[in-house]
Amino acid sequence: MIQFQYTRATQPKAAVDAVTKEKNSMFIAGGTNLVDLMKRGITVPQRLVDINRLPLKDIKKEGSSLRIGALALNSQVAENKMVLQSHPLLAQALNAGASAQIRNMATVGGNMLQRTRCPYFYDTTMPCNKRQPGTGCGALEGYNRMHAIFGFSDRCIAVHPSDMSVALMALDASVLVTGPSGDRRIPFADFHRLPGDRPDIDTTLRPGELITAVDVPDSPFTKNVHYLKVRDRASYAFALVSVAAALDIKKNRIEGARLAMGGVAHKPWRLAEAEKFLVGKPVSEATFTEAANIAMQGAKAFKHNAFKLRLAPNSIVQALKTAAKLV
Amino acid sequence: MENFFDKVAGEPIDRVDGRMKVTGKAKYAAEYELPDMAYAVLVSSSIAKGTIRRVDAKAALRAPGVLAVISHENSIKVPAHADNEHPTEPPTGGQPFRAFYNNKVYFNGQPVAVVVADTYERARHAAMLVQVEYDKEKHTTSFEENIGSARIPSQVKKNPKSSLADYDRGEVDGYKKAPVVVEAEYLLPNEMHNPMELQAITAHWTADDKLTVYDKVQGTKPTQAAFAKEWKLPVQNVKVIAEFVGGAFGNGLHQWPHETAAIIAAKMVKRPVKLMLTREQMFYMVGYRPRTWQKVAIGANPDGKIVGIRHEAIGQTSSYEDFTESVLQQTRMMYTSPNVSTRYRLLPLDVSTPIWMRGPGEATGAFALESAMDELAFKLNIDPIQLRLINHTDVDPDNGLPWSTKYLKECIQLGAEKIGWSNRSMKPGGRRSGEWLVGYGMGVGCFGAHRGAAAVRARLMANGTLQFQSAVTDIGPGTGTAMVQIASGQIGISPDKITFQLGNSDFPQAPNQGGSATVATVGSAVVAACNVLKEKLLGMAASAEKRFTDVKMEDVLFSSGQISLKNSPSVGVAYTDILKKENLPEIDIIQDSKPGTEGSKYSKYSFSVHFAEVHVHALTGRVKVNKVVSCADAGTIVNKKTAGNQIIGGVAGGIGMALQEDAVMDHRFGRYITKDFAEYHIPVHADVPHVDVIFIDKPDYIIDPMGTKGLGEIAIIGVAPAIANAIFNASGKRIRELPITVDKLV
Ligand SMILES: Cc1cc2nc3c(=O)[nH]c(=O)nc-3n(C[C@H](O)[C@H](O)[C@H](O)COP(=O)(O)OP(=O)(O)OC[C@H]3O[C@@H](n4cnc5c(N)ncnc54)[C@H](O)[C@@H]3O)c2cc1C
Repeated sequence: MIQFQYTRATQPKAAVDAVTKEKNSMFIAGGTNLVDLMKRGITVPQRLVDINRLPLKDIKKEGSSLRIGALALNSQVAENKMVLQSHPLLAQALNAGASAQIRNMATVGGNMLQRTRCPYFYDTTMPCNKRQPGTGCGALEGYNRMHAIFGFSDRCIAVHPSDMSVALMALDASVLVTGPSGDRRIPFADFHRLPGDRPDIDTTLRPGELITAVDVPDSPFTKNVHYLKVRDRASYAFALVSVAAALDIKKNRIEGARLAMGGVAHKPWRLAEAEKFLVGKPVSEATFTEAANIAMQGAKAFKHNAFKLRLAPNSIVQALKTAAKLV
Repeated sequence: MENFFDKVAGEPIDRVDGRMKVTGKAKYAAEYELPDMAYAVLVSSSIAKGTIRRVDAKAALRAPGVLAVISHENSIKVPAHADNEHPTEPPTGGQPFRAFYNNKVYFNGQPVAVVVADTYERARHAAMLVQVEYDKEKHTTSFEENIGSARIPSQVKKNPKSSLADYDRGEVDGYKKAPVVVEAEYLLPNEMHNPMELQAITAHWTADDKLTVYDKVQGTKPTQAAFAKEWKLPVQNVKVIAEFVGGAFGNGLHQWPHETAAIIAAKMVKRPVKLMLTREQMFYMVGYRPRTWQKVAIGANPDGKIVGIRHEAIGQTSSYEDFTESVLQQTRMMYTSPNVSTRYRLLPLDVSTPIWMRGPGEATGAFALESAMDELAFKLNIDPIQLRLINHTDVDPDNGLPWSTKYLKECIQLGAEKIGWSNRSMKPGGRRSGEWLVGYGMGVGCFGAHRGAAAVRARLMANGTLQFQSAVTDIGPGTGTAMVQIASGQIGISPDKITFQLGNSDFPQAPNQGGSATVATVGSAVVAACNVLKEKLLGMAASAEKRFTDVKMEDVLFSSGQISLKNSPSVGVAYTDILKKENLPEIDIIQDSKPGTEGSKYSKYSFSVHFAEVHVHALTGRVKVNKVVSCADAGTIVNKKTAGNQIIGGVAGGIGMALQEDAVMDHRFGRYITKDFAEYHIPVHADVPHVDVIFIDKPDYIIDPMGTKGLGEIAIIGVAPAIANAIFNASGKRIRELPITVDKLV
């Protein structure tokens, strides 16, 4: 068997020390992604630092934000009263992910850091720059139905698979981390990165850094929200395209808007231009269609994912309509 | 003939082995623990074609617990492999793959070595350490690019009368004369066998020349014969046990490389060896429903009467074996068309061999034929149901024979009522429910109603219990339950006093469980055995009760464990008293049964009609199957519960076929891309709506004494076109390539 060490930490500082001390060490939370990757020989850590006993499970009010501990379970967050009241979009996104069993194991920190589901990443006999830099991108000229239409590079066209992160992106969350050189806060938009010439690096997290919590700021987006996930079956499939839509509507006028998409880029994809367009407009399908067109500017498809150029804007319209209760 | 069966017929009794299954007591092939067991893990090729230059096993052999690394370089030779003849009977022609026979690679994922270790984990790890060097050759795996190389199946070359040969009834391409013609091409992807239970075998050489295997197969006797031939052993030296099978759907109807690999390994390490495939390996070496291109042309008069049909099909097979299936039979017999032409071809590629998969051939063919019928109905502006009725036939137009029974019209009528067909708009896109477009579709299915020969052992014990033994397997439909019910109805012993042991080649002969023929075949043997027992009991009854002296069979009743006189029912004698009086510990018989000649005067089919109500999201193209009604003409229904389960399972499979299943290959590598359950989708609960199951439940005594016809296959045949047709009715989009995913509708 591939040998690895296993230790358990009970305090964040100890966890960071343990993972920093030895090369090739990793945190393990729910293990629902990491263990799969280890079984396939894609990730081969020499040491696992189990962080499940760290006191990072709480969900509590912190100033004008809701602070969600990194080890809060996906199911726990989705059912939490404060989350349901102040950030229903987040609950919807969580419930759209994986299965009940997996959500009962998966943590908030682990969810953000789950790796792509690109089939070339998973098959170790095939080329993949993300798994093995320099081997090429299998998907570029291969089967790329699930792949990116925004922000890709010629090194990597994979997408980020997390649903939760799409909602957090829309809600302007920030990520709290602690590491060898102290604590810092990373705006969600800066947390995941685009592939560029280093598709092997998914995020801006530095070596040894531990996610401790996610802050979701209070917002007016408590009523008119919708997370739409379009997938190949009714449940238990990754998104072809997903849309997190949040509107602040006063007297049929849009006062504020948030839009982000999943399944279209290497990171949760924020649609800032479309948001800007929506503000001040009346609630109508025409408004939403125009916003969707704006959102799609710069999109580019590959051989098998050209349908996303139609599906994505239609899904934006649909999500906005549902959020605005036009349907 | 009197319906002997009415007492228990259709009783929805629980599965006799249900409790064992849900409590984990049922043992599957990988769950046998034998002393000194070793574990094997396959190493698969990463190229699609070429030769193996070298297998570097050094690191693997150094790994802890490893007993052997076996490849063509060091494998013992399977005795029959060297012969030119086939070591195991191929299903339809060619040379089945011979594990570790030589250095050739025929398909990606092919087993090129097997690692044996003292634990599964150690074998798995060592398998990752085996390095294989190849000399690659250019492979050919793309169906589309090579479709021009399709050829006549070798079976047809040998036998021009084969049912797969070119067929013309009436005028060749007579459809062309008709005033209205529809013509279209249809494509089915490779659909992989994914039963819940992974393919597994535990191989044990109990002596140098005696082999026992616990194997996931659909027939213990056929498997026994195959391994006996492969290893040149007397048949009785091979024992096959398959007591429980966790779904098979056809993939247990062929011997596969991993089985031979495990048997070789067990022989070489001189220990019992267990080998179970991974889910990913299931995609590469244990068969699948082959990618099939079809073209259908139907010509009709404006009143809907069909003038002619042409149906062509090209199915994928491997480079070394011809796999064929009956894709075109339904087209020859379903509708009264004076002119029918069918053409069947094979396209060999550098892939592994396909195998029958539920509703084999016909499910593929029905997708094209029943879609084309819907296209014709639309073009003629005739209700699709009406079009079927207009072209309904009371004799088999293929051979002019009458049907043994056929209640297709009743199926159509009952199903249409239940689904609410009258709500269907003749115009596509004519119905909406909020943002969803609502459509209705239907598809007809049929499958030959077969019966084979089988024997059972029956032992009536002094305590009144009855035990049966048969080599047959139960791949999930509830065979044991059905047999107990058949026996109970025939001999008048309550089901809880009857046991039916199966899945062991030591038991009397039974064929593979396949082709929906098990109830007819083995059930008939059960009936025959019960009849012999009844004769014997009546013959001895007088010794326990004088008034049975010289009484004839037609004068008595067998019920509640006793024989009684029909005209004075209070006169009775218990079977237990008869055995006691005769001082018999048991009556032990082996009885065989085979179909008579009467059947050859009829054309024998089961029929099904599937109706679907489908919602298509107007903006995003998402599809929801909202309701399914399936109506089956499958003769007598022995157990409404297990039979209903069969239909529901078939519909779930049909939904997968219509909307989800797609084994995509990257032809640059000849490797599958969608090869786990995250990428290769099959329906989850949320995809399967309520399924209303309707049984005609009328006996067909031409087939067998119970009046049953097959059920398992027709459960899926016709489901995919029903859904595709409903999608057209909802959205106006005619999708001719499965699966119908969002990208094709948005
Ligand atoms: C079959 C299946 C279907 C799925 N479907 C979906 C889906 O539809 N949508 C979706 O969004 N997700 C889906 N998922 C993914 C699932 O959400 C993730 O596997 C899960 O969220 C990961 O969380 P975890 O706690 O188990 O992480 P782990 O597997 O324990 O860890 C994942 C990674 O995060 C790191 N890590 C974990 N916690 C921290 C921390 N606090 N600080 C720093 N690093 C950390 C680990 O080192 C590791 O690299 C699916 C997963 C499976 C297996």
